[in-house]
Amino acid sequence: MHPAFSVIFLTTLIGAGQGLFLALFTGQFYSTVELVEPQPASFYAVGSALSLALLVGGLAASFFHLGRPERAWRAAAMWRTSWLSREVIVLPAMMGIVFLYGVFHWAGWTQPFIVLGEGTLPIDATFVLGMLGVLVTLALFVSTGMIYASVKFLQEWHSPYTIVNFIFLGTASGFMLAAAYSALLGNHLVGFFGTWAVIATLLGLGTRTASLMRNASIKHRSNLQTAIGIRHRGIVQKSQGFSADSFNTREFFHHQSPETLKLIRVMFMVLVFPLPIALVLLAYALASPTLPILAFVVQYIGLIAERWYFFAEAEHPQNLYYQQIS
Amino acid sequence: MTQLALVIDLNVCVGCHACVTSCKQWNTSGWAGPMVDENPYDANPTGTFFNRVQTYEVGSFPSTETVHFPKSCLHCEDPPCVPVCPTGASYKREDNGVVLVDYDKCIGCKYCSWACPYGVRELDEQQKVMKKCTLCIDRITDHTLPEAERKPACVIACPTNARLYGDVHDPDSEVSVAIRERGGYALMPEWGTNPANHYLPRQKTHMHVTEEDLQRSDNPLTKEDITVYQGEETMEDVTW
Amino acid sequence: MKDPAVQHDAEIGQTEVKETTCYMCACRCGIRVHLRDGQVRYIEGNPDHPLNKGILCAKGSSGIMKQVSPARLTKPLRRKANAKRGTSAFEEISWDEAMTMLSERLGKLRATDPKKFALFTGRDQMQALTGMFAKQFGTPNYAAHGGFCSVNMATGMIYSIGGSFWEFGGPDLDHAKLFIMIGTAEDHHSNPMKMALSKFKREGGRFIAINPVRSGYGAIADEWVPIKPGTDGALFLALTHEILKLGLFDRDFLIQYTNAAELVIDDPERDDHGMFVRDETIEVTRGCTDPQDKLWWDRNTGPVLTHSEGADPRLLGGYTMPDGTPVKTSFQLLKERVDDYTPEWAESITGIPAATIRRLAHEMGVMARDHKIELPINWTDVWDKEHDRVTGNPVAFHAMRGLAAHSNGFQTIRALSILMTVLGTIDRPGGFRHKAPFPRPIPPCPKPPNSPDAVQPNTPLDGLPLGWPGKPEDLFVDDDGEPVRIDKAFSWEYPLAAHGLMHNVITNAWRGDPYPIDTLFLFMANMAWNSSMNTVETRKMLTDQDENGEYKIPFLVVCDTYASETVAFADLVLPDTTYLERHDVLSMLDRPISEFDGPVDSVRLPVLPPKGECRPFQDVIIELGARLGLPAFTNADGTAKYKNYPDFVVNYETSPGSGIGFLAGYRGKHGDKSLKGEPNPNQWEQYAANHCVFHHELPRSYQYMRNWNKGYLHWARAHGMTKWAEPITIHIYSEILQRFRAAAQGKWPGRQPPERYRERIETFFDPLPFYYDSLEAQRVDTKRFPLTALTQRPMAMYHSWDSQNAWLRQIHSHNYLFVNPKMAIALDIQDGDWIWVESHLGKVKCMCRYSEAVEPSTVWTWNAIGKATGAWGLSDRADESKKGFLLNHIISEELPVVSSDGKQILSNSDPLTGQAAWFDTRVRIYKANAQEPKITEPQFPPMKSLPGQLSRPRVRWQAYVAGLFGRK
Repeated sequence: MHPAFSVIFLTTLIGAGQGLFLALFTGQFYSTVELVEPQPASFYAVGSALSLALLVGGLAASFFHLGRPERAWRAAAMWRTSWLSREVIVLPAMMGIVFLYGVFHWAGWTQPFIVLGEGTLPIDATFVLGMLGVLVTLALFVSTGMIYASVKFLQEWHSPYTIVNFIFLGTASGFMLAAAYSALLGNHLVGFFGTWAVIATLLGLGTRTASLMRNASIKHRSNLQTAIGIRHRGIVQKSQGFSADSFNTREFFHHQSPETLKLIRVMFMVLVFPLPIALVLLAYALASPTLPILAFVVQYIGLIAERWYFFAEAEHPQNLYYQQIS
Repeated sequence: MTQLALVIDLNVCVGCHACVTSCKQWNTSGWAGPMVDENPYDANPTGTFFNRVQTYEVGSFPSTETVHFPKSCLHCEDPPCVPVCPTGASYKREDNGVVLVDYDKCIGCKYCSWACPYGVRELDEQQKVMKKCTLCIDRITDHTLPEAERKPACVIACPTNARLYGDVHDPDSEVSVAIRERGGYALMPEWGTNPANHYLPRQKTHMHVTEEDLQRSDNPLTKEDITVYQGEETMEDVTW
Repeated sequence: MKDPAVQHDAEIGQTEVKETTCYMCACRCGIRVHLRDGQVRYIEGNPDHPLNKGILCAKGSSGIMKQVSPARLTKPLRRKANAKRGTSAFEEISWDEAMTMLSERLGKLRATDPKKFALFTGRDQMQALTGMFAKQFGTPNYAAHGGFCSVNMATGMIYSIGGSFWEFGGPDLDHAKLFIMIGTAEDHHSNPMKMALSKFKREGGRFIAINPVRSGYGAIADEWVPIKPGTDGALFLALTHEILKLGLFDRDFLIQYTNAAELVIDDPERDDHGMFVRDETIEVTRGCTDPQDKLWWDRNTGPVLTHSEGADPRLLGGYTMPDGTPVKTSFQLLKERVDDYTPEWAESITGIPAATIRRLAHEMGVMARDHKIELPINWTDVWDKEHDRVTGNPVAFHAMRGLAAHSNGFQTIRALSILMTVLGTIDRPGGFRHKAPFPRPIPPCPKPPNSPDAVQPNTPLDGLPLGWPGKPEDLFVDDDGEPVRIDKAFSWEYPLAAHGLMHNVITNAWRGDPYPIDTLFLFMANMAWNSSMNTVETRKMLTDQDENGEYKIPFLVVCDTYASETVAFADLVLPDTTYLERHDVLSMLDRPISEFDGPVDSVRLPVLPPKGECRPFQDVIIELGARLGLPAFTNADGTAKYKNYPDFVVNYETSPGSGIGFLAGYRGKHGDKSLKGEPNPNQWEQYAANHCVFHHELPRSYQYMRNWNKGYLHWARAHGMTKWAEPITIHIYSEILQRFRAAAQGKWPGRQPPERYRERIETFFDPLPFYYDSLEAQRVDTKRFPLTALTQRPMAMYHSWDSQNAWLRQIHSHNYLFVNPKMAIALDIQDGDWIWVESHLGKVKCMCRYSEAVEPSTVWTWNAIGKATGAWGLSDRADESKKGFLLNHIISEELPVVSSDGKQILSNSDPLTGQAAWFDTRVRIYKANAQEPKITEPQFPPMKSLPGQLSRPRVRWQAYVAGLFGRK
């Protein structure tokens, strides 16, 4: 597929936004049960704003993908069948929850209305919003992932890995951002978020590596024989039927050399996984307030490369029909 | 339920591209138009076509087959492009099974084209909406046209009659009979899309000449005395 | 969007449907043009038309784009006074200025030396009118593009069987069971051929394609037999060898209907060696026809007049006439000729395995013999013998330029005609069938003038500019045997040049050999590009000046619809209309659209008004004729005889009261007469009411065996198709060729060739077909140039001139050189590489494309895709001029000058007919340097946009919707 920057930014930005929200709420949960020290309302409010900004940024990027963005509202219509439609519904829902979550924190509407677990777990509005937010975040990960994973003839995508990678990589980048955010504020949650970020990154490393291995040995079900229905090993296209490029030659192929692909793969495997982990560990060791920020930036750049590769790697069977000009 | 479709006979398609441009001219001024051209008189001329004729070489010299392969939307019975559309712009008609796009609802997200393994949807790069073969919906449903002309433009134009058109759900239709009797097949059956359009394979006619065929009593050579006589002495030349 | 099912297209805007005839190529299908608010909405095939029966090809379906093309010329233009020719610096002038300028110049030429005016036309379909204009003007220098198109096909077959493939005959695929197509990818008779092939295949017919390249129709063949270019003659001779050896020929057909059993004098010492033995004493018709005075050898009684009652003639053998004359039958001579042409011999030349050649011969012979068709049709032959059936041998052939465009093409096509005849397949069901006005006598009666005296000031030419020589006396030469025509047609150099040699006109005029001319008028012929060979030099010749600064070709008039490359070189440009804006006739006097079952002609009717100041070329010719006072176009009082072309077509008769005019249908005062009849003032309306067609279906008994069908021949004579009702005996042995050979040998009592042509004539005017290497291959180092370079037109552009067409150019915007990978890899050339193709003449740079569907010693490309920068209304960056290339740059119009020719300059043409041998081009290919720019070469300075031309080349979007509410 052709890696379009609109969808690369859409998926990486909202992934980070979703992950950041998960991180914020994880922090809140831990502080509620007093495993970490509590943070001021502004921490959650600004954090939510940051998450929201990422979600809005992702949404904005997605508009560049649309031919007719002014009609984007129509996209919610087919939620019964279309994962894209579902994403279009879930994304604003999440944005709304994140917004409310931040507003409630900021306004201090955090009076518990019920206390569970023998007084250890006070439930306030932000907690409910947070729980809802977690569900919506997961739904959004699944919707986004399923947009790709549900296209069965894009065999590189048609796998649970697509969804778990979106979840782990989004979560990793979100926690990494939370660690950077904490480092910037100078609070004590750097290590907490950093640890979770490393865990998510390691999980992501596992699933992404597994998906790369799976895709490397994938046997494409379509070939020229099935494409034109002629059973002969020596089939070569001589003419695609037109002399210039077209939508079909542009949209479904990256037009890069295998070497470029390999380079991008090595690059993201370094930038997304070992390097941020090393930076976090180093930050831990040096108690550096800036290295976590660098870790996030490095990982996010890596994720752009990862997402580029995600698209480029997927071989669309329609390309079998568009190979040669004569 | 009716499922209208094309059956394309590769046995007779000579690759003339009549279907390509007859489609273009009908549809650019029709319901599905315009079919925009980009750089029409400049470098890299391109544009929207619902129908392409491709050429493949099968085998190596001297046993090479040159196969011309027309391709347009296959109007799948289970079109993967339809359920993915977020707006409902892509739809399959219930009355005749034709897969269409409502340009007014299309947001140009291109997701339907991703969900088509056949590469038959083309984004109009000027209007930014997805376009595709309509099976000339505005001809085949137009009851003011004479019956014989209620067919897609490509079918009417095709000089070798390589494009058969009809209801593949009617077992007695010309298309169903052709599929049944001529080994009609679907493209990329591995995806379970159940394309309504089918293709008919190449067929070969051979001739076998036996030794007996070459040795017959009615050989005209037997009527000729093949020895050539020239300038020989005749009785009259002999002086007694 | 509105539900498409409730919308009716015809209810949008003001709609109209008009019938006319397509002209996107030379096929001439009937079309129905749908207009919406006066704009073309849709062009469909006319289901009521006999030719295409409702279907339409890619070109026909792209007619709309022809109307909106930015290449359209819309104003008469004059080269600016101080501008150099070829720089496309023009100014607009009025039609009156243009016509005055032209008529004054031509008037002077006509009054002094009419041959200083040369009129040459391209792929037009109005040669009846242009030829008539030239004759009336008095110039011999007229021809259309046939000389570089396929004159070998026309002459090779017409001089053998009295008809040929083309408009005038074709394969009867309705009845055939085996079809062999040779040297043909696409065809003139394009859509009918496609329809017929499809039906033939579906009915189980076997289709064999013999071609160096598998493309076009050959793609769907049951078997592809790759052959080396230009070696088809060797194949036919070997097939004939095998068929004769095994007795797989149709003996009865050969005896009754051909000269196979006729006796030929066989004594090299005698002057009449090689002539038929004739009984000069008997009373037979001796006009422009084959007199029935020849003899057979009866097995019991010896020599008898052919077709004597009860005769039992020998087909083979040599005999001695009572007077001691040694004779042989024609067939005996043929058999002796092909004796050495074994399949093994042919294998070494054609690259086809001998076993394949044998098998092909067996398939043809056995199919012809064992699958006879009998139709219950009564007919009477010219010898008054009645037949209760028509029989046929279901083996059909079709061939085209792959045979014709070689310097051995004439003899190759003779060999094919003989193979078809030996199998007994001429004008019989399942074989080759004629189309009216053919068959015609061998050769047809019209002759070129035979002396320079035919050209006189202010006088029409005495004779026709083009014709069919039958003997040396018919040649158009002066007392020294030197040519009278500028293209040297009908001279000893190219005696049977029935279509002229347009491809040598510019070179000859530039060189002043045989003489310089003043005005060259080109209509619809792109002689500065793809219609010329040696394009680079041709373009220089057009701008070359003598020491006084005068152009060597002083005045060049170009009439075209589009800004072709040639327009840039014009001194005067006349804008023609498109086919949708004019009246046209596809006339029986020219190239009609007849069917096997009888004559058909048709018309074009305007469906749109002319754009800008465009005028139909015919109107221009008729006005020019009147302005010049040419007798046919002028009344006695000097006024114009005809208002315009439609008026001319209705009222003109070939001679006063002949009842024969340009259109054969709806004649007579009330339109109730056919073929002959007085002018009908409502003739156009009646064509319009009848789908633009007149189709006269012959009685079934006249539809077959027409060379010898008494009923048909008398009908044809009565209706002006032919002058004679004598049998048209097939020439297995060509006495006509022998006459020229005898002249070269000094044995002909009349005209003899100048010394320098004797050997050439003696060699090539062989009365029996023989094989020789192409003349170019004989003269270049074939080790240095081991490959043959061919071109084909792709189906979507066949016979069209349409790279400016926005839809068609998207299918082929540039071309590649197709190379067999085996050959390419050996030369270290990768698929897609930029390479040089070099001939003895020069080189072009292009891209390579691997193909397994090409014979390894052949390379080929799609022709005329490459364009000169800026031409055809395209932008200077267009693919056509940057990535597309033109092979013509390296195809020579003349043979390399060698001492074996006595250092003569000779056209690169067939030595019999002057057919341009553009398929003889020998080349080598090699990789371009990595540093060289990735752009085709040679490049030329960009052609500028002309006044009146729509300036759209850089428009980004075109969204055509017909009608007032359409978007543009």
